[in-house]
Amino acid sequence: MPDSTTDVIPGTLDLLILKTLSLQPMHGFGIARRVEQVSRSVFKVNPGSLLTALQRLERAGYVEAEWRQTENARRARYYTLTRIGRRQLDTEAADWMRRSGAVLRLLKSED
Amino acid sequence: MSLLKEMSHGLRVLLFRRAADRDLNEEVADYLERSAAELRSHGYTTGDAHRAARSADGNPLYVTEHVRDSGWENAADTLISDLRVAARRLRRDASFTVVSVLTLALGIGASTAIFSAIDPILLRALPYPHAEQIVTVEDVGSGGGPIDVTYGTFRELRARLHSFTTLAVSNPWQPTVTGATEPQRLVGQAVSSDYFDVLGVRPTVGRGFVAADDQPNGPREVVLSDGLWRRRFGADRSIVGRAVTLDGTPYTVLGVMPASFDNVLVPDAEIWSPLQYATSFGPDSREWGHHLKMIGRLRSGATATDASREILRVARTPVTEFARVPWADMSGGMIVQSLQANVVGPVRPALLAVAGGVLLLLLMVMVNVTNLLLARGAQRRGELAMRAALGAGRMRIIRQLLTETVLLALIGGALGLVVAQVGIRALVALSPAGVPRLAAVGLDARAFVFALAVSALVGLLVGIVPAVNGSRGDLRASLHESTRRAVGGHQGARRVLVVAEMALALMLLTCAGLLLRSVQSIFATPAGFDASHLLAMQIQTSGPRLADDSTRAHYFASVLQTVKRLPGVESAALTSLLPLSGDVESYGVRLEGSQGADGAQDGAAMRYSVTPEYLRTMRISLVRGRLLEPGDASGDPVPTVVSESFVRSAYPSGDAIGKRFHFGPASAQQSVIVGVVRDVKQQSLLASGETDVYRLQTRWPWLDRAAWLVVRTSGDPAALTTPVKNAIWSIDRNQPIVRLSTMEALVTRSEANRRFALIIFEAFALAALALAAIGIYGVLSGGVTERMRELGVRSALGASGGEILRLILGQGMVLSVVGVVLGLVGAAFASRALVSLLFGVSRLDPATYAEGVALLLVIAAAACWFPARRAARVDPAITLRSD
Repeated sequence: MPDSTTDVIPGTLDLLILKTLSLQPMHGFGIARRVEQVSRSVFKVNPGSLLTALQRLERAGYVEAEWRQTENARRARYYTLTRIGRRQLDTEAADWMRRSGAVLRLLKSED
Repeated sequence: MSLLKEMSHGLRVLLFRRAADRDLNEEVADYLERSAAELRSHGYTTGDAHRAARSADGNPLYVTEHVRDSGWENAADTLISDLRVAARRLRRDASFTVVSVLTLALGIGASTAIFSAIDPILLRALPYPHAEQIVTVEDVGSGGGPIDVTYGTFRELRARLHSFTTLAVSNPWQPTVTGATEPQRLVGQAVSSDYFDVLGVRPTVGRGFVAADDQPNGPREVVLSDGLWRRRFGADRSIVGRAVTLDGTPYTVLGVMPASFDNVLVPDAEIWSPLQYATSFGPDSREWGHHLKMIGRLRSGATATDASREILRVARTPVTEFARVPWADMSGGMIVQSLQANVVGPVRPALLAVAGGVLLLLLMVMVNVTNLLLARGAQRRGELAMRAALGAGRMRIIRQLLTETVLLALIGGALGLVVAQVGIRALVALSPAGVPRLAAVGLDARAFVFALAVSALVGLLVGIVPAVNGSRGDLRASLHESTRRAVGGHQGARRVLVVAEMALALMLLTCAGLLLRSVQSIFATPAGFDASHLLAMQIQTSGPRLADDSTRAHYFASVLQTVKRLPGVESAALTSLLPLSGDVESYGVRLEGSQGADGAQDGAAMRYSVTPEYLRTMRISLVRGRLLEPGDASGDPVPTVVSESFVRSAYPSGDAIGKRFHFGPASAQQSVIVGVVRDVKQQSLLASGETDVYRLQTRWPWLDRAAWLVVRTSGDPAALTTPVKNAIWSIDRNQPIVRLSTMEALVTRSEANRRFALIIFEAFALAALALAAIGIYGVLSGGVTERMRELGVRSALGASGGEILRLILGQGMVLSVVGVVLGLVGAAFASRALVSLLFGVSRLDPATYAEGVALLLVIAAAACWFPARRAARVDPAITLRSD
């Protein structure tokens, strides 16, 4: 494992989960793995935080969970983005873009 | 919507905890399994893969806990498990639980009952729209006190004042409904047309009064209360416009007031009619008598002070349009105060004192239960140490212990509601006559919330000391020596509590004692007549048959004759005014040769229009001259008997016999004094110097429609009630007999406010004594149990039973004496709240304090004696072996 792995930036875990789920329904491990892969292992998601976040998002109505049969007779809990979850993703993503863009511009102006 | 989801998810987890846990465990296991599988595919061995997955993702147990902790239901879950543990503990210590719950129920129940009484009477606004704008307006009597207003004053003020939107007056009215059964007298009011508008309440059925209804010789009309409408007319809506017969005359029903209408001025009034006073009247007419209650609604923004200032201005600028009479010239201004203050004023001190008393009782209950908890805490040290050893943090243990006490208090509170229900019934039954808003006293939502809040608060307060105490210190040490019972620090805390309990008990005892002495000294003041063996009742004449004075005089005479013939009757007489009945009727006095301006007066006196035997029947003692005789029915001037105070104020220098004066309306004949008798307490046993004038009934310008019959009996006066009633009805079936009572009961009732406070304080003091005894017994008894070993050693070393008895007894008495000293200081402070209820006794009366101390110490000594005797009987052989 590369040493550059860090925890997710505080406050962005929900956004990352929603974005990941916008492609297709996934189970917890799949989400964690995908976040790590896409971030090129910059972010490391720990299962405690991930599952807590998923429980929170489910209660907020942004995702829905169901048990699905997977390979070799195993069951996994799959999470699906709901319609209001998708809307939440749009607003959160736009907000993030706006804020990170601003940070970026500030950093660049320092050069 | 998301809140709803949050709740439903949480609830599902709570209800199906096992299924939720299984889901979560499976999900976490699946996650880690996949993580390991991935590692395996990267070439790890199975074992290594699992280890690596664990180190990367964490312990599955930890992960599960982390997720579980995040939902709100987790906190609820802990609470539920705490409650479950608490319930189990309370069930196991059944005797402790029963004693604590009963004690708490007593305290919380008593407080809730008192709260339910105080809430509508003192705290809540009266049940009228913008009730704060409603005020009473009273005239100022010669002594500076409030007296009723005259119609003349009302007429002028209504026309001239601007700080009021409406003003109204009312007068008691007691019409009689006759019918198949006993004639029934109704309680009602004759009111000016705006009466209901001032209160802001409209009839639900039909209409109220308008100005056209309130004209002299206007139509005979009534408005009914909801209660009367349902009881007498079967809630028939078509009653409106129909006639009902009252006093033999038909009255048209105009409307029905709502069931919620609470008429605080006359709470039991059920029927109203227009006042219909004359619009123009001479100084001799009833329109100039002080007998009306005036209420008004202030213009928004105006205050009572504004109103009384405006009244003073009006008083100083008379206008010809509104002529005044000397006894109602408003020269002293008027007393304006809020309706609430006016109706609540008389009962306020008693209610506040009772509230203070119940607070002391609640404190005692809390101290007592804390004490029990501490004693139990000593026995639980082993259990708590075990919990601590298994990893429970201190906060966790405190939380568990507090959950237990709050649960205990809530159970106590639930039972307390039953106590409160009984208490409220007792309060209402005991309450002095004329307490407003009595109908609103009950266990309503506010009382429930109060009981709940008090229970929760008591649970926390009671639990905090034992919880901190129990969770403190080296629990492991006590785990080791759980079999050896060392005298712990909690004994110190318990001693402090016993001292507090003694102090509180003494405060309650002293207050009760002071009230008792006050009531005793009030009833010891001579009333001016002999109340024993006297029966009194008011005989009313109604209907057109007895409308004229001569038939009425004949009726009264035959009533007296019939009653006198009854066996057991020694004498009987009639009077217009009965002492301590609550009625007052006074007229102006003008002495012969007085230098005052025309119409000016030399004071006022009570009018007693009586039959010749009245003074003898009441045993009012003669001081000088002679009593009234049948022969006084003729003679000019009218032979008159007056009271000592009358003589003192009218003729300070000399003998009064033979002196002449004018009394009452201008048409009344001149009086000549033939005798002087002792003062009689008319208004209250506390009043002094009331001036009385007695003349024969027939010598007054008119014959009253109602008369009080007083009967002196040889035996128990109450036993003659039915024979006397039947004798009267044998003359005329249709005449109502009301306000029937023995004179002794009337005297007792006249001091109802104090007696009310006294009875409640006596009950509280009794409970306080019991609690104090239980408290000191518990501490000493616990102490003896814990010191068994030491006592055994002492006994083995030669201490006699008597010495050990003295040792324990001495210990208990030291605590009691310290408590008593603190209690004396506390009582000296607490008695301030009682001052307005005290009479004939100083609030620091040494005898009362001494009695309280003595009683408390005797009870304490008795409570100490049992554990002391047990200690003295300790058998050293058994105690030492058992360890």
